[in-house]
Amino acid sequence: MGRLIFHRAAMSIPLLLIVSLIIFGLEAIVPGDAASTILGQNATPQSVAALRGQLGLNDPWVVRFGHWLGGALHGDLGTSIISGVDVTSSLNGRLAVTLSLLVPTILLSAVAGVALGFASAVRGGALGRFIDVVSLFGFALPSFWVALILVGFFAVHLNLLPATGYQDLAASPAGWLKSIILPVLALSLQGITYVAKQTRDTVMEVLETDYVKFLRANGVPERSVRYRHVLRNAAIPVVTSLGLVSVGMLSGAVFIENVFVLPGLGSLATQATLDHDIPVILGVGVFFTLCVIAINLLIDFAYGLLNPKVRVS
Amino acid sequence: MTTATDVPVRRRGVLRAVLATARGRITAGFLLLLFACCLLAPVIAPADPLHQNLQEILRTPSGAHWLGTDSLGRDVLSRLLYGGRSSIVGILEGVAAQLVVAVPLGVATGYLGGRFDRFVMRLADIVMSVPVIVILLAILAIFDHSIAAAMITLGVLGASGMMRIIRGTAMTVRQELYVSAAELLGLSRTQIIFRHILPRCRGVIIVQTSLFAALAIGIQTGLTFLGLGPPPPAATWGGMVNEAATTLSTQPWLLAPSGGLIALTVLALGVLGDTVRDVTAQNHTSSGGLRVKPARRRPDVAQAPVPEGTALLSVRDLSVSFLTPRGEVEVLTGVGFDLDAGQTLGLVGESGSGKSVTARAVLGLLEANGAVTGGSVIFDGRDLTRATRRQLAALRGTRIALISQEPMVALDPSFRIGSQLSEIVRSHARLSREAARRRVLELMEMVELPDPEEMAKRYPFQISGGMAQRVAIAAALAGSPDLLIADEPTTALDVTVQADVLALLRRLQRETGMAVLLVTHDWGVVADICTHVAVMYAGQVVEQAPVEQVFGAPAHPYTAALMASSPEKAPRRTPIDAIAGAVPPPGAHPDGCRFRDRCALSAAECADDDIPLVRLNEERVSRCIRTELLQAQP
Ligand code: SF4
Repeated sequence: MGRLIFHRAAMSIPLLLIVSLIIFGLEAIVPGDAASTILGQNATPQSVAALRGQLGLNDPWVVRFGHWLGGALHGDLGTSIISGVDVTSSLNGRLAVTLSLLVPTILLSAVAGVALGFASAVRGGALGRFIDVVSLFGFALPSFWVALILVGFFAVHLNLLPATGYQDLAASPAGWLKSIILPVLALSLQGITYVAKQTRDTVMEVLETDYVKFLRANGVPERSVRYRHVLRNAAIPVVTSLGLVSVGMLSGAVFIENVFVLPGLGSLATQATLDHDIPVILGVGVFFTLCVIAINLLIDFAYGLLNPKVRVS
Repeated sequence: MTTATDVPVRRRGVLRAVLATARGRITAGFLLLLFACCLLAPVIAPADPLHQNLQEILRTPSGAHWLGTDSLGRDVLSRLLYGGRSSIVGILEGVAAQLVVAVPLGVATGYLGGRFDRFVMRLADIVMSVPVIVILLAILAIFDHSIAAAMITLGVLGASGMMRIIRGTAMTVRQELYVSAAELLGLSRTQIIFRHILPRCRGVIIVQTSLFAALAIGIQTGLTFLGLGPPPPAATWGGMVNEAATTLSTQPWLLAPSGGLIALTVLALGVLGDTVRDVTAQNHTSSGGLRVKPARRRPDVAQAPVPEGTALLSVRDLSVSFLTPRGEVEVLTGVGFDLDAGQTLGLVGESGSGKSVTARAVLGLLEANGAVTGGSVIFDGRDLTRATRRQLAALRGTRIALISQEPMVALDPSFRIGSQLSEIVRSHARLSREAARRRVLELMEMVELPDPEEMAKRYPFQISGGMAQRVAIAAALAGSPDLLIADEPTTALDVTVQADVLALLRRLQRETGMAVLLVTHDWGVVADICTHVAVMYAGQVVEQAPVEQVFGAPAHPYTAALMASSPEKAPRRTPIDAIAGAVPPPGAHPDGCRFRDRCALSAAECADDDIPLVRLNEERVSRCIRTELLQAQP
């Protein structure tokens, strides 16, 4: 158990390095840089050159990367080349929004996905076929499109929930809840259906194992077979698939935040992309990578708890 | 034996097999049609995708505009066709990048192995966790909204999944005999890679490619939806969804064509991938999605009159069918035997003879796709094939218990041994936790497990196969059953442990007086423990008799052959030395005697009719019409 967690934690350092290196390295080899971006197309070569010197862009990229890395280790991710605002603090302000979207989505996907998948596996029949079909649609429907349909129905047509915007949890819990319901639903569709499908397949496999036959054959009540033994053993692969889908949700979150105009990391990154604001994108990269690391650690932890082979050794 | 010449056949086979399925034809057809329409957009599009007509904005579908017009009066269908071009190009770029990275790396790591392999795999592990979206956004910022650059990056970052699978295949191929042979024959590595490894990965590559393409469409449309692709007047699918969003309250219809087409495309790619996976999967096992049962006989609470007879278990004319991809297949035909209290009946036969299915059918625990289609299983005066689920459940463990072939997989891997035993004990009798614990220890002592206290705390993976089988026996004995069904209880164990477990079973049987139905293919086990034998072949009982009679002189050529094929166990050499051929698969039996093709004594008359069971004496039957010839053999 300890070793598993340690291994994952040790992997997070090269992961962070790789993410920032890819972004940094690409920027360095492509012509056109922050100075000309800031000054726009009408800038004179002299003013661009002056600003380059000021920003330290004339240094070799290794030096600049070292400089950025040194700052990052102290929690300083530089400043936005557009607004001049400190990247770390603007990201910190937006993290809560993104987590407000991600955490409920992951929880909903886990609970609803496992419940649906489990029910369809033990019941089979129509419910099972329904899950098979719905999971295909969950996979196929683009989340931003689903989001727009939800907005069209619940916000525009029924006028039940706000179409856009975000309310702070501390300021107004009810407002917060209203503002995240549709985004969470739109983002969960894929997660729920994916987890449901994985759960269904795993549970059906476990139901056919020798130990389930053995327990049944020797008189263990069906209720215990299902809810104690099958659920417990199916949980191990399901938890792994939940981790995969959670990491994938980061992409979905970027689209969803834009649809609902949520001031989170994803919408910030999108704006930064339109502005060619590399320091901000780098910062979001670091934050997202930390999210991935956190998700993976949680999943490993759950995996270790569920799997006695890991727990005992 | 697979040889190089088989490969092209199999290769054409994938395509043909995919197109043989309805979903394969529909999805492949749809994708081809879409591809062709987008490619030919300049020729077939009804209008210029950029032509605005402010007189005709936000129209619903009509003859002039099949899919309506957008907020600038542009023809939606034409814009979809032109927009599709950029999506298709995006997919192709991504797929190409993925293939260029995954195929060579997968083959190289799998085939070369060693330090290179470890390094690449470690790197791939890390890359799997990279939050791809941020990298894509950075690429779009750096490369000035070039969707091509983003898609290529997506392909590279997404290559690890495909690489892993190709690596696995390459490793298998390398280990296989025919490649070693090829190496000896002097084929170069390149030849091995191109003639043996890549053709084998074909199915996997198609599956991964179509799943990746589905993902790529999602990302490509997402990015263009965010306005990060080609700037406005240009038509893109994602951009059209975005435009539709601005008129959501006035003309919601506009969401339908763009989003619907994206969804259909992703769906088609996903289903196509699944179809290829299904047709290339090596084994269509029970998890293959076939969940329908053959018509099972209705449980009948008002019991039919039970035939006279005193046997504890009396199986009569039992037939069982399984529903397979090829249709309903009968695996047991009219199986019958009797078992009295205190007796041990050995069900003997090669694998495929139906002996294990018989045992499971008695317990009412057939696989999900199997069902009893005829006959009866009379246990203690009650027909179990007509019992309800609940009635059956009440019998299990208390009246009939089971130990199975693979003790290591018969115990739930997630629970401690003590906890599993205790649960079984408590499902038979209402006991306090403490009383259950004492009973568990008692049972563990009964099956001669050393150090029960300590053993109870272990997980199944922490004990040996022999120990696990003892635990399983303890579990089975927990409800003091009258009948124990033992499915190959010693086959998976070490030879030294086998004898101990058999001795234990014999002792327990003597002490408890239970009947044992023992499934085995091992005459040594039969000689050791059984009082009676029922020999099964191709879903039928071909001989049943007390054990001394069978060992004295087999009364069916199959029994004789089976004994001869394990000479050290059989007490007497019989005319047939080994049985050539194999048990015919269910549904493919020859007419007449099912053993005819492999029988040394077969004659023309054996093919005429189904062979009935012939009664040879009070206790003995045989399904052979020429037994006297066998008896006459020296
Ligand atoms: S009936 Fe004929 S073919 Fe069948 S076992 Fe007897 S001799 Fe052989």
